[in-house]
Parts: sequence; C-alpha cells; structure tokens
Amino acid sequence: MDQLLQHLVNTLIMGGTYALLGIGLTLIFGIMRIVNFTHGELYTFGAYMMYFFATILGMNFFVSIAFAIAAGMVLGALIEFTLLRNKRGADIDTTMLLMIGAWIIFQNVEQLTWGGIAKSIPSPLPEQPLTLGPVSLSWLRAMVLVVALALIAATYVVINRTKLGKAMRATFQDSNTAALMGVNINAIYTTTFGLGSALAAAAGALLGPVFVVTPTMGDLASLKAFAIVILGGLGNISGAAIGGFILAFAEEIGAGYISSGYRDAMGFVIIIIVLLFKPTGLFARTERVG
Amino acid sequence: MKRYLPIIALLFFASVPLWLHDKYYLHTLVVAGIFMLAAMSLNLLLGYTGQLSLGHVAFFGIGAYTSALTSLGFSLSIFGYQITHEPWPPFIGVILGTAVAGLCGYLIGKLAFRVRGAYFVIVTVSFAEVVRLVALNWVELTNGPLALPGIPPLTLGFEWTGYMTFLSKAQNYYLVLAFIAFAYVVIKRLVYSPYGRAMIALRENETLAVSVGISVTRYLVLAAVFSGALAGLAGTLYAHYIQIIDPMIFMFLNTVTMVIMVITGGKGTLAGPVVGGLIFGIAPVILRNYVGPEVQWILYGVLMILIVYVLPDGIVPAIERWFNRPPTPAEKNGSSLALQTGKGRA
Repeated sequence: MDQLLQHLVNTLIMGGTYALLGIGLTLIFGIMRIVNFTHGELYTFGAYMMYFFATILGMNFFVSIAFAIAAGMVLGALIEFTLLRNKRGADIDTTMLLMIGAWIIFQNVEQLTWGGIAKSIPSPLPEQPLTLGPVSLSWLRAMVLVVALALIAATYVVINRTKLGKAMRATFQDSNTAALMGVNINAIYTTTFGLGSALAAAAGALLGPVFVVTPTMGDLASLKAFAIVILGGLGNISGAAIGGFILAFAEEIGAGYISSGYRDAMGFVIIIIVLLFKPTGLFARTERVG
Repeated sequence: MKRYLPIIALLFFASVPLWLHDKYYLHTLVVAGIFMLAAMSLNLLLGYTGQLSLGHVAFFGIGAYTSALTSLGFSLSIFGYQITHEPWPPFIGVILGTAVAGLCGYLIGKLAFRVRGAYFVIVTVSFAEVVRLVALNWVELTNGPLALPGIPPLTLGFEWTGYMTFLSKAQNYYLVLAFIAFAYVVIKRLVYSPYGRAMIALRENETLAVSVGISVTRYLVLAAVFSGALAGLAGTLYAHYIQIIDPMIFMFLNTVTMVIMVITGGKGTLAGPVVGGLIFGIAPVILRNYVGPEVQWILYGVLMILIVYVLPDGIVPAIERWFNRPPTPAEKNGSSLALQTGKGRA
C-alpha cells in the first residue's frame, strides 16, 4: 500500500510535465494539424537553455526557467515562420517531412553544440527530502509539480478566457471567417506554434534538473506527447492534461509491477489500443478531425 | 532507350567489382544496396498506396533477428516450457525472416489500416518502438544490448553442386545486386498488375476507388505484406553480411534514411528508390572526408527540407519531365537562334 502511494506521488510529478508536453502538442498537432516531430527537440532545447542560464550563466533558478520557456517560444515561432508559413494548407505528409528534416537538424546541432556527454543542472532547493507519512519526495520534484500545474492553469486561461485565445479558436475553426473578422491569422498561427513549443520547453526546463540533459532525450518525449494527444483527443486541452497523468500512471505501474525495461513501451501500447478501439480519444466531445 | 535503361544500369553495376577492388568502397555499396532494397519496399507503401509507414525499420529488424536466431539457435523458457532451437542453415533463416516480416506486415496492415494519415504514421512509429523495446529487454532471446554476434554468412548450394559461402565483399555485392534486380522485377510486375492499379487508385482517391468496388483493406494489406516481406529480406541480408546485430538496428534514423531515399529519388516511381539509395549510399563516403557525422545528418535534414520545397516529386520525375517537356518557343523557332543569343551573351 505504501509502495502504491509512492507510485501515485511519482505519477503526479511525471504527469505534470507530461501534461505540459501533451498540451503543447495538442495545440500544434491537434489544432494546427501539423505532425510535429520537433516537439521533443523543443523539450531538449528547453532543458539545454535551462542548463545555459542556470548553470553556465549562474542565473537565478526560477528566472532561468522563465527564460528557457521564452527561448522555446521564440524558437517555435521561428520554425513556424520559416518552414511552415509557405506550406500552410499543404497535405499532412508534406509538413511531416519538413518536421522530420527539422528534427534531424536540431538534434545534431544540439549534439555539436553541447557534446554527447550528459549535463546535470544543480538545483538550489534543499537536498533533504520532504517526508509525508509513508511517502517521500524531494523539494525539487515538488517544485516541478507546482510549476507544471501553474503553467497548465495559465494555458487554460489563455486559451479559454482571453481575446488571444478566442482568436486562436476562431482561426482554427474557420480561418477565412476569422480573417474577415479582422483576426491577423498569420500572427495567430505563429503564436500558437510558439505557445505549444514554449510548453514543451517548459517541460524540458523542469525535468532537466531532475534527470540529466542529453541530445537524444527528446526522441521518446515526442512520441510520448503523441500518445498523450491521441489519448486525450485531438485539440482537447483538458483531455491532454488528463492524458498526461494517465500515461504517467501507466508507466509508473508498468515499471513498478511488470518490468522497468518496458516503462517506455506503455505510451506506445496506449497509442495502439486507443487508436484501434476509440480513435477519437477518451474524452472526445464530438468528432473534430476531418 | 528508356526501356533498356534498367538493363544498362544492371550491366554497369554488375561490372563494378571487376574494376573497383577497394574493399571499403565495395562494402559501402553493399550496405547501400541493402538499404536500397528496404527503400524499394517502403516505396511500395509510401509511393504506390500513399501510406507513410514510419515504422518500416521494424520489418527490417524483425527479418534480421529472425534470420540470425534461426541460424544461431536459441534456448528459452516460456511459462515453464523449455524451447530449444538447434542452428539451421542460414538460407532457411533468410526464407523464415522474409516470411515472418511479411506476416508482421499482414498483422500491422490489418490493425493499422483502420486509421489513416497522421494516425497511421503514429501507429507504425509506435509499433517499431515496441519492437525495439522488446529486442532490448527480452535478453534471453535477443541477448538485449549485448548484441547477437557471430551470425554465419549465407551459404547456398546442394551436396551435388558444392557449397558457396558469401563471405567476400564482391560475393555479397553480387548477392545484393541479384536481389535488387529480383525485387525491381517483382515490384514492376505488381505495380502494372490489376493489384497495383487498385493500390494506385486508392492513393489517388480512396472514396472513388471504393465506389467502383475496390476493397480498401484487401489491397492495402496486400501492399503491407509485400512491403514487410521485402524489408525483412533486406534485414536478413544485412544480418548475414554484417554478422552482428543489436537493438540499435531499430533506430528511428534507419527509417528516416529509407524515407529520405524514397522521397529524394521520387516516390511512386520504380527507379526512385534506386536513385535515392545510390545518392544516400554514396554520399557518406564523400562527405566523411570533409565533415563529421553530425554535420552529415544536418545536411540530410536540410536536403529533406529543400526537396519538399524545390522538388516535391523527387529527382526521377523531375528528370522525366525535363526529357518530355514541350519545346520552348526558342527551340521551335530553330535552335540556331537560341544558340546565337547564347553566344552573344558569352
């Protein structure tokens, strides 16, 4: 029972970052319909930016997180602006090939810039774990969960409660009508991709100090994010948030009770099962995909 | 002229080991040929049915592992039952590897073709990742990350003819070349058969194809079986040539290599994967004199983006268009004029 409680706590922490990854991708893949293989690279980029600001420049830990997220947003916006803008409306395979090309470039640039040796980011939080009855967790992991939940809430508010969010939703429902109503849809496309990328970078910046940072850490992150998006239903933000926690739970239980080698297989098994039996996702309200 | 081009190319490539004796270059060509075979199989799905399978390396790896385990033998216990397999000759491994990969193509086809487009891509990627994790973690069977070393080279022949072991680079070169020629003919016959027409019809307009009575599942699954078996065959050749395999064979980058070969050469053309395979088989040899592997991959990525922007159909259709282009006004008015203006500018 104590072991199960500990697994549940771990689920919450991984789930928070998975939810960030998933929400980021549901904006890009679910709403913009771009099969974004660079999502994991933005996650890696966020982690390296965290390393750059916090460890190399020695900046404040929390300021570094904010800077890493901002850097991810800028890079995401640049990807949309340079690669995707001219191919808007192209079929899904075309943009997918572009994203695979970009993914290879990013990964190898990271490898060249930072080298293949894993980097660790020391955190200023106390080493002493936080003990709550039978479960213990480090201050760092608790901080990760709090920041992740705050970012999820902020994204929800931006999409559902602000004018920008309204413009986004309008653009992706019917971009022509949105344009006629005076929405600058070019700016909306770039902003949405930037926002999705910023969330991936946030996940990287938060998990970087927990684990270590390597150039290939994003490969699995991309695929896990796809699993979360499919689980939650395309374009469904709360679905992606819940999907993130479900994936984390499945991995934690799989690793704890089956075999730790198959931890990463859980996401793929989920993808296959969901797509075969409920392709609209677990929380789909209506069919939104064409 | 165009009809004889494949035969001329075949004769040219058959002559290569006669004048190229450098072992490293021959090795490069053998590996390029194996990946070319895999790219040809991917082209069947991506080019002719229009379904992008990004898990294609799974078939390649399944073929390689099946053949390696058949010829090495293994012993494992499942639910208390002890299963021991004595080593069999490698050519049986090649046949079994091809068959098992084709069977996986059937199963994946049956499952994955319930979904299309981006979903299909993601199901195939997931399939390849699951297979990679099984190869990594089922240590009792696959030796996990410790790899399967000492895979015997392919041996062909009967008692009354004597045996031939494919050990040297030149022997393997001819073996791979023969399989490429074989696969080329099989794919050509398939594509120009009613089955191939049905596949192309499904690519062009699925709704219309269904309305005239073409069974979607049947033809897509057929393509997946062929494609999987051919990729598995390439994998078996790889295993017996390199003689050691590990779970790295399932790397996503291997699938990306095949995809780049197909889209650069021209998807949906017979010659496309061959041309793409040659370019990306030989490019590393030239590039490695100047740049490291990272820069090489960056160049591949840049090239992929450029191809999508500049030559979305690939090289082969572009060349065909160039030869079949209608004459320009300058050419119609007599080539002497065009020549003169050219001279004037120079």
